[in-house]
Amino acid sequence: MVRESFQEQLSQLRNDMLQMGNLVENAIDMTAAALEYQDLEMAEKVVVEDDNIDQLQLAIENRCFSLLALQQPMARDLRFIGTALKINTDLERMGDYARNISKIMLKIGSEPLIKPMVDLPRMAKLTRQMVSENLTAFVQQDRALALKAAGHDHEINKLYKNTFTELAALITRDTNTSTVTQSVYLMFIARYLERIGDHATNLSEWIIYMITGERLELGDMSTIVINQPEA
Amino acid sequence: MMNKRLKEKAGFGALAVLTFLAVVPVLAIIGYLVWQGWPALTWEFLTQPPRKFLTEGGIYPAIIGTLALTVGTIMVAMPLGIGTAIYLVEYAGENVFTKLIRIAIINLAGVPSVVYGLFGMGMFVLTLGLGRSLAVGALTLGILTLPIIISTAEEALLAVPDSYRYASLALGATKWQTVRRVVLPVALPAILTGTILGIGRAAGETAPIMFTAAVVYTPRLPDSIYDQVMALPYHLYAISTEVPNVSQHMAFGAALVLLAIVGAMNLVAVVIRTRMRLKRLR
Amino acid sequence: MGDKNKMETRNLNLYYKGFQALINVSFPVKENTVTALIGPSGCGKSTFLRTLNRMNDVIEGTRIKGEVLLDDENIYDAEVDPVVLRKQVGMVFQRPNPFPMSIYDNIAYGPRIHGRKNKDELNEIVEKSLQAAALWDEVKDRLHKSALGLSGGQQQRLVIARVLAVDPQVILMDEPASALDPISTAKLEDLIHQLKSSYTIVIVTHNMQQAARVSDFTGFFLNGEMIEYSVTNTMFTAPRIKQTEDYITGRFG
Repeated sequence: MVRESFQEQLSQLRNDMLQMGNLVENAIDMTAAALEYQDLEMAEKVVVEDDNIDQLQLAIENRCFSLLALQQPMARDLRFIGTALKINTDLERMGDYARNISKIMLKIGSEPLIKPMVDLPRMAKLTRQMVSENLTAFVQQDRALALKAAGHDHEINKLYKNTFTELAALITRDTNTSTVTQSVYLMFIARYLERIGDHATNLSEWIIYMITGERLELGDMSTIVINQPEA
Repeated sequence: MMNKRLKEKAGFGALAVLTFLAVVPVLAIIGYLVWQGWPALTWEFLTQPPRKFLTEGGIYPAIIGTLALTVGTIMVAMPLGIGTAIYLVEYAGENVFTKLIRIAIINLAGVPSVVYGLFGMGMFVLTLGLGRSLAVGALTLGILTLPIIISTAEEALLAVPDSYRYASLALGATKWQTVRRVVLPVALPAILTGTILGIGRAAGETAPIMFTAAVVYTPRLPDSIYDQVMALPYHLYAISTEVPNVSQHMAFGAALVLLAIVGAMNLVAVVIRTRMRLKRLR
Repeated sequence: MGDKNKMETRNLNLYYKGFQALINVSFPVKENTVTALIGPSGCGKSTFLRTLNRMNDVIEGTRIKGEVLLDDENIYDAEVDPVVLRKQVGMVFQRPNPFPMSIYDNIAYGPRIHGRKNKDELNEIVEKSLQAAALWDEVKDRLHKSALGLSGGQQQRLVIARVLAVDPQVILMDEPASALDPISTAKLEDLIHQLKSSYTIVIVTHNMQQAARVSDFTGFFLNGEMIEYSVTNTMFTAPRIKQTEDYITGRFG
């Protein structure tokens, strides 16, 4: 094996990426718990720990740029570093959404919920699963698993659509201020979770590119609510 | 540490002494020649034929004879030698035939000069019936010089980087165009130097011309290549061994003139070499 | 970028004494493009390059099987004169090798051996070639000075000008920048880029970044075989063959 120092730096980058993935996975996990049990402490924790994600993002970006500048990577290495740069941004955005969701949960506080928390935690868990499967695919160079991960986005979009329609109906039925406010909050949470799902789909796309060099478009446009007439 | 430095100094010292010892005889010979020969060098000595059985007069015919033999040698040996070298280096490649030629050349270089003289007499004078003459002398000296010229020319050609040949061939030049326009001009200074040095050596030879071209005495200058000539080395040989009562100064004077001719030729070689080298870099 | 194959080899095998240096190489060279040949030392890329203008003929003990086509004609046919061929397929070598003559005489060398004697015509060729090689401005005041006084980078461009002066269709370059400093290399690469509109260029290089920068197509050679031929962009982002990937990512041996 030649270029040992380069290989060493690549494996450091790989470790950083895994750590980044784990942090985001955790953040989503905690967000899911915060949603499910209205656990404000957990929500607080997500907000605080997002700083770690932001810092790691910077460190990873710096590492990628110096590798590009100093080692002139080619082929597999180039795809790996390019992928790292891209999914690093996706992961950071996912972290931000988790923080935003947690902040909303903190605003809602412990006031009673207008509807039982079922779909939203379920969405959160699905996005978590996407991240987790993608990380495994990333480590094990498993194209099939990355593809499977992207498949969950379809369900997330469906849940988003349902939640949205449900909340919209609630508002029209009950125009009481607190109901409307909470509905809008929950709509935002649903929207953020849906966005996390989209970014997780991006992870799949980039990981597949990293493994094989093929460029796939995995986004399931037909199920995205923005395109729904009633939304 | 100190020891090492001392050893180094001692080593260089020893080498310097050896170099000095090598130079001493050369300087001694030249010094002695000048000292003994200078008094004989008069205008008359250089421009008059000898008189009274070589004991008086000058060496003019011998100077002219040597110069004529030298020019003849150049005319024989240069085209033949350089041509052979070009063939061997540029065209022939490595095979049994060229190996044989090379072995022959090496052996030719080892043959004593007197054998060349005998060969010249047997071959040109007797068998071909050319008689003792300037032409036969030049042929004989030419053959004598040939090995030196071939091998220096070969070396000079081999020293031309192949990159020049490739560049020329890759431009669509033929082999001959490449040799004539690129390789030869580059090799020429070295070839000329080697040739002139070899011919300078030949100009001082006695044995090869003794049987083929030179006579002890003729007041005439040659008017054709079939004439016999006087020549400095042979003249020197004659007055030192065969003729009694010759002033020592006359012998050394002739020797000094011979040395000067050879020296001048070497000087020409050096000048040609440096001028061509400078020209290439300018 | 032309789709026409300016040159093409078909099942080309080259033997040097007992050794097979090229094994069944089938390789296209597209017109008005730059094709780079990469691979580790001794992989046969330079040997392959020299089959394209029959410079291997110069080396004794070389034997060839297969075809090398220039405009669909086999350049190894008996009636093809290598001397005429090399006028069409020029070559630039690894080390700059200007002749020890003036700049002018270097450029005029090719036209002269091909029979041009008219002084005005030669002047024009010299100026045009030097301009095409981006060297004219640097040397126009010293045309009759020795070419050996130029810097390495200038010498290499001079050599390219010398090739251009015989008006070739294809230019082969054998690691032309390996003896040059980075700035001279950059100038040379710019030049290659400019030349490809009028010429077809094949370049052997040890420097993969250089291959990536200058070429449109890249061929990877290993142990005398052509392992992969691709559009350069594909070659360096997502090669198809594992050996190629291992080589260009530096995981060799």
